[in-house]
Amino acid sequence: MRVSKHLPAIHVEHNKNTMNCPTEKMPIPDKVYVSMVQHIGAPCQPKVAVGDLVKVGQVIGDSDAYVSAPIHSGVSGKVTAIETTMTSMGIWDPIVTIVLDKKQEVVEGLAPPVVTDKDSFLKAVRDSGLVGLGGAAFPTHVKFNPKNLDEVDTLIINGAECEPYITSDYRAMLEDTDYIIGGIKNTMKYLGIKRCIIAIEENKAPAIKLLRDLLKDSPEIEVMELRSLYPQGAERVLIYEATGRVMPLGKLPADIGAIVSNITSIITLEKYLQTGMPLVAKRITVDGTAVRTPKNVEVLIGTPINEIIEFCGGYKRVPRKILMGGPMMGRAIYDDGTPLIKNNNAILAFDKEWAEFPKETACINCGRCVKACPLHLMPTSIFKAYDKKDIETLKKLKVPLCMECGCCSYVCPAKKQLSFINRLAKQLVQEGGKK
Amino acid sequence: MSRYSQGSLIVSSSPHILDNITTTRIMLDVIIALTPAFIMSGVIFGPRAILLTVTCVAACVAFEAAFRYITKKDNTITDLSAVVTGMLLSFNLPANLPYWMAIIGCFVAIVIVKQLFGGIGQNFANPAITARIVLLVSFATPMTTWPLPKQVMEAADAVTGPTPLGILNMGTGLEAIPSNMDMFLGFIGGSLGETSTIALLIGGIYLLARKVIEPAIPVAFIGTVFIIALITGQDPIFHICAGGVMLGAFFMATDYSTSPLTTPGRIIFGIGCGLLTMIIRLYGSYPEGVSFAILLMNILTPHIDSLSRRALYGVMKRGEEK
Repeated sequence: MRVSKHLPAIHVEHNKNTMNCPTEKMPIPDKVYVSMVQHIGAPCQPKVAVGDLVKVGQVIGDSDAYVSAPIHSGVSGKVTAIETTMTSMGIWDPIVTIVLDKKQEVVEGLAPPVVTDKDSFLKAVRDSGLVGLGGAAFPTHVKFNPKNLDEVDTLIINGAECEPYITSDYRAMLEDTDYIIGGIKNTMKYLGIKRCIIAIEENKAPAIKLLRDLLKDSPEIEVMELRSLYPQGAERVLIYEATGRVMPLGKLPADIGAIVSNITSIITLEKYLQTGMPLVAKRITVDGTAVRTPKNVEVLIGTPINEIIEFCGGYKRVPRKILMGGPMMGRAIYDDGTPLIKNNNAILAFDKEWAEFPKETACINCGRCVKACPLHLMPTSIFKAYDKKDIETLKKLKVPLCMECGCCSYVCPAKKQLSFINRLAKQLVQEGGKK
Repeated sequence: MSRYSQGSLIVSSSPHILDNITTTRIMLDVIIALTPAFIMSGVIFGPRAILLTVTCVAACVAFEAAFRYITKKDNTITDLSAVVTGMLLSFNLPANLPYWMAIIGCFVAIVIVKQLFGGIGQNFANPAITARIVLLVSFATPMTTWPLPKQVMEAADAVTGPTPLGILNMGTGLEAIPSNMDMFLGFIGGSLGETSTIALLIGGIYLLARKVIEPAIPVAFIGTVFIIALITGQDPIFHICAGGVMLGAFFMATDYSTSPLTTPGRIIFGIGCGLLTMIIRLYGSYPEGVSFAILLMNILTPHIDSLSRRALYGVMKRGEEK
């Protein structure tokens, strides 16, 4: 039963400073560093060796595991090193270093895939190297192939882009509009889905209008306006807002008849279907108080972040925090030489004033976090139970449901890191369950 | 090319931006909201009322600072919660109460009710309410000797008289009950900060507008008082303007640490406060029941919280999954 039309959400300053910055293509760098861990699932093994020559579009990493996606080279040049380093995710990861020959030769036999049915479509999705580009990086071919595909009646395209600062999806909607429509139609055709909802936050009115005009004659594809609130783009929230369906803990979207795909993923897929060029470059937003000229940039995967920032005029102020992704859910990195990976949609660099948080004070029991949680969790009770390491209560409070959107931390007047405590509590429940 | 790495960059868990709301800002809003009533107390009862409030605020801040210093804890006076407690306590006292009694009240509020339970957010009962009740049972006569408006200053033996609720409670001389307009403006006998309905209403609306409090508790509290007065054939306007209902509903019952977390819980809490207030007023031996009502509901808050837990997303009430 649908009790209310909307789930709770919070207002976060949009700061979409780069909305009107058309995407600029960044010149190719001298070296790229391609990570073998760019998706959720089994990491890739390098398919090249030191000294090999690689070309644009060539597979350089792959895995036999089902939940994985191949990694391609976006450059032509010579592999000079394969080293294991610590990534920003905190795991050890082989990185393939390629020195560019600057010729950008395309690999032989690169051509649009032949797609005739569901199986060849899914193979093409895997071959394109596509992962969920909204941030989760779940291999798309796995998501598109649930056990109960026949029960899926709705494809939801996520164009919410609810994170502050980021405008790369918005620019994609304006600049690659045709690919969106083509990609949706192909996906619906080969997966046999009857209906599609493109959900876009209302602060992107030009994109909504553009898509509505182009889709006048396609009644099966609906463009839906979402409220401009955070976190409208989170999968659970989005499905509820778009269809009113509730996805219980431990269920997948397909179990309630929906498949959700990010709008940039659909564009990337359609580009591959039309040209055969896999996912090797990414449109990202570069912004933040420490960046001189905020921009939207198309960058090759593997380009070091400091070179991307250099392309955007360099640092205006000394950076104290650099994020991969948005400020609500993005990851803080400890080295600006970190290379770009597939699911990055923004690089944000902030100065000292912005990066340092006020001191935590005592919880005053105001209930703001309870009111803010989109999934009706009670962060204040969770953190009190976590303090006592009370696994039973944490289970009752359903902490594993937390999607770490950060709303509770954002609204807390005591500046408690509630979202972080939820993460720790989730881990505690998981470990406690095993014993 | 410049490189920034470990040591110069902060690595922390998301989110990386926070709202600019702080505990201090919330308390400051409450102080701003209490200011109209503070000014009206001076207009109605004269400088003695202002001085008593200043004394209470100073004493509360001093007790908090001293306690935190002696127990070697972080000094928390900058969160302004002690200032709020001091103001609220003095608003619940008669304007001519001896200063030393007021200071004892401050000690009870800050040290016993608030700090001994762990400081801000940890106390289970409202400090100002509890302190007022302690004073009421300890010093019954001075705590119920109400100066009448504008007469405090005139002579050493200032003219005192009963509050409107006192008149009602005695059941005689009912013609002495002031007009609703006098009660709305506050020119009646009573605690120094509770008499002016209009000033408290302005403050309450400010708190609602600033989203410091949500309407659930005040609306449920005042609404219940109104309805019970109607049912029992009393003047509902009289009952919501008399005594501490306005002060209690907007400023005391809404205290975060001692009221429920969720909106349904807050509605139950507000109804309970209104119900108990009216039962004490109509059937008890005390003329006024707001303090006792709020204190009793404070004690029930943890139970209301566990009964009014929200249905989690994707989980039915009894914990079954949908």
